[in-house]
Amino acid sequence: MSAENAIEIHDLVQRFGSFTAVDHVTFSVPRGEIFGLLGPNGAGKTTTIRILCGILLPTSGRASVLGFDVARQPEEIKKRIGYMSQKFSLYGDLTPQENLDFYASIYAVPRAGRAGRISELIELSGLGEHRKTLTRNLSGAWRQRLALACAIVHRPPMLFLDEATAGVDPVSRREFWDLIYRMAGEGTSVLATTHYMDEAEYCNQIGMMHAGELIALASPDALRAQMPGTLLQVDCAGPAQAFQVLEAMPGILEMAIHGARLHVSLAEPGQADELQRRLGRAGIAIRSLNAIQPSLEDIFLYMVQQRQPTPTHVVGE
Amino acid sequence: MERLWTIMRKEVYHIWRDPRTLGLILLLPGLLLILLGFGISGESQDLSMVVADLSKTDASRRYLDYYVASDDFEVVASAASEVEVLAFIDGGKAQVGLLIPEAFGRTLETGGTAEVQLYVNGSADPANVQTIQLKLSAIGQMASQTILVRRITHVGAATGLSLPIDTFVKTLYNPNGDRKLYIIPGLIPVILELQGLLLSALAIVKEREQGTMEQLIVTTIKPWELMLGKIIPYLVVSTFTLLSMLALSQLLFGITIAGSFWELLGLSLIFIVGSLGMGVLISNLAQSQMQAMYLAMFIVLIPSIILSGMIYPRDGMPWASLFYSELLPVTHYLTILRAIFLRGVGAAALWPSILPLIGLSIVYFVASIFVFRKRI
Ligand SMILES: Nc1ncnc2c1ncn2[C@@H]1O[C@H](COP(=O)(O)OP(=O)(O)OP(=O)(O)O)[C@@H](O)[C@H]1O
Ligand SMILES: [Mg+2]
Repeated sequence: MSAENAIEIHDLVQRFGSFTAVDHVTFSVPRGEIFGLLGPNGAGKTTTIRILCGILLPTSGRASVLGFDVARQPEEIKKRIGYMSQKFSLYGDLTPQENLDFYASIYAVPRAGRAGRISELIELSGLGEHRKTLTRNLSGAWRQRLALACAIVHRPPMLFLDEATAGVDPVSRREFWDLIYRMAGEGTSVLATTHYMDEAEYCNQIGMMHAGELIALASPDALRAQMPGTLLQVDCAGPAQAFQVLEAMPGILEMAIHGARLHVSLAEPGQADELQRRLGRAGIAIRSLNAIQPSLEDIFLYMVQQRQPTPTHVVGE
Repeated sequence: MERLWTIMRKEVYHIWRDPRTLGLILLLPGLLLILLGFGISGESQDLSMVVADLSKTDASRRYLDYYVASDDFEVVASAASEVEVLAFIDGGKAQVGLLIPEAFGRTLETGGTAEVQLYVNGSADPANVQTIQLKLSAIGQMASQTILVRRITHVGAATGLSLPIDTFVKTLYNPNGDRKLYIIPGLIPVILELQGLLLSALAIVKEREQGTMEQLIVTTIKPWELMLGKIIPYLVVSTFTLLSMLALSQLLFGITIAGSFWELLGLSLIFIVGSLGMGVLISNLAQSQMQAMYLAMFIVLIPSIILSGMIYPRDGMPWASLFYSELLPVTHYLTILRAIFLRGVGAAALWPSILPLIGLSIVYFVASIFVFRKRI
């Protein structure tokens, strides 16, 4: 197996009874890159990460992390990875300082540099004033910062982040990702899952999972290019009504409501006039109409629809 | 090695930062010992007795003395007829009635068989009734034996009362003291085991349920470090419990250790390791805290109480029960504890119990390490 890739997965399958949580997935992540795993609930993201961390034995297929096989050398992998699980999993009745001390010792961080490393992490995560508060009394964002600090206390060359920013405010999320970005710059490979599509923009590569299958694999730009047609953002009164009106119009590839706006994907750019006419006839006032770059969310919805026999319109968030 | 220390420290934080639970852990065993100690041995406290001595002879008074001297019965009233005796019992003023017929003295004088009538309130707790009946018949038997012996002595050579026989009978029948001596050292192992199981049966499965185990198994931690690191703090807690129970048995029940304290302590530690090992093993096998508790209760605890010999003697058990009880460390520890505690037997004479105790403790502890999987 090539050691140039931090992760190599080949035809990976994970079944729980008759249910297939990971369905013949193949991809690889080069060293020093950030790989984003996207997908709705139950797509199989956490399951994939657990296999890669060596805590879940795959049903079939091969996977290796930093050149070590997940089934045969899990302990070698564990020495070299940091893992932030989706569910908060530090000790609530210990303080951040004690949690960090604990994991530093468990990971056998050399005693000499340990205290320095821990204060560095406390500084980095801004936990200074909370270092003596019991962890269970910290707010969500602080907990996530602490969890990240514990996961990287031993400077792992590979980092797994499972919805590391769930429930965290946008500013903290940005800071969080800046930090991840910096670490990747220093050579750490990262595999992250997220529900926030905007976070995917930070990734070098994106894998989209749906119902256990990998339905897309490319860089964010390449993914955008894969989407045919022109995407229009229609800002109008009553987007739901507009949605119904336009359902009858031929040549629409996909539609989704984004808050007060409607995203419409047209096969031909020239159809925009026809769209305006139809809405006007229905008495729906159009405030603005712009051609926009498709968001990853649009792409994801498009990808999912491509796989379904009859296209259905999905209402986005 | 440092990791072991780190895990122990973390476990101590868990215990220490939950002071209410810590209080319960430390206080309940002592309370249980007091409650059960008095409860079970207190069963043989004075029973109220109403007596109708219609004979009013020397012989009848001597016969009555046997009951009074036994410490089990307290004569609370005297009656003049059977009707009166029954009225006392019916009215709940006495639990037992004794009717010595008018002919009692005369019959004994003439070498015949005197009859005595005893009444027991059968509506009381059946277990109690049974004990009362046993006691009554034992005393009655003893009295008539003594009278018989005395009669022989009288006939043989007129040497008056034979004191040795009297003393002999009394030591044989000293229920209050004996019972406590037997019960308390029987309670200590079961309470220790109860505590050890409750502490350790959640050790692993609790972390699995709350999710902290997932973070722990992605590290390079070794199973033995985790198991030992969890067990040692509990071992300290259990040792404290043992010492406090030993102190209580001396202070409250007046029971002192007849044998060596240090031997008792050393063997107790081995037993505690075995109990904790069983708990951690269960914790490894259970999928939820609820399951762990059920397994601990039904596989270990209840069999420990019933099969270990604490309450029922193991002699008459069918082979399956006997075999099962051999697999419980508490069975062997109970034998050891009673021997050291009551008879002052040295450890050197107890190898048939010590070897299986050590063997089982090692097996359960090592099994808990091997069963632990660093997987979800
Ligand atoms: N141990 C298990 N036993 C049975 N089914 C499981 C197990 N673990 C996961 N699953 C199922 O596998 C599917 C994929 O789960 P997974 O946690 O990997 O999804 P996910 O993509 O991480 O979703 P989410 O965004 O909700 O975290 C889910 O339907 C889940 O119920
Ligand atoms: Mg998940």
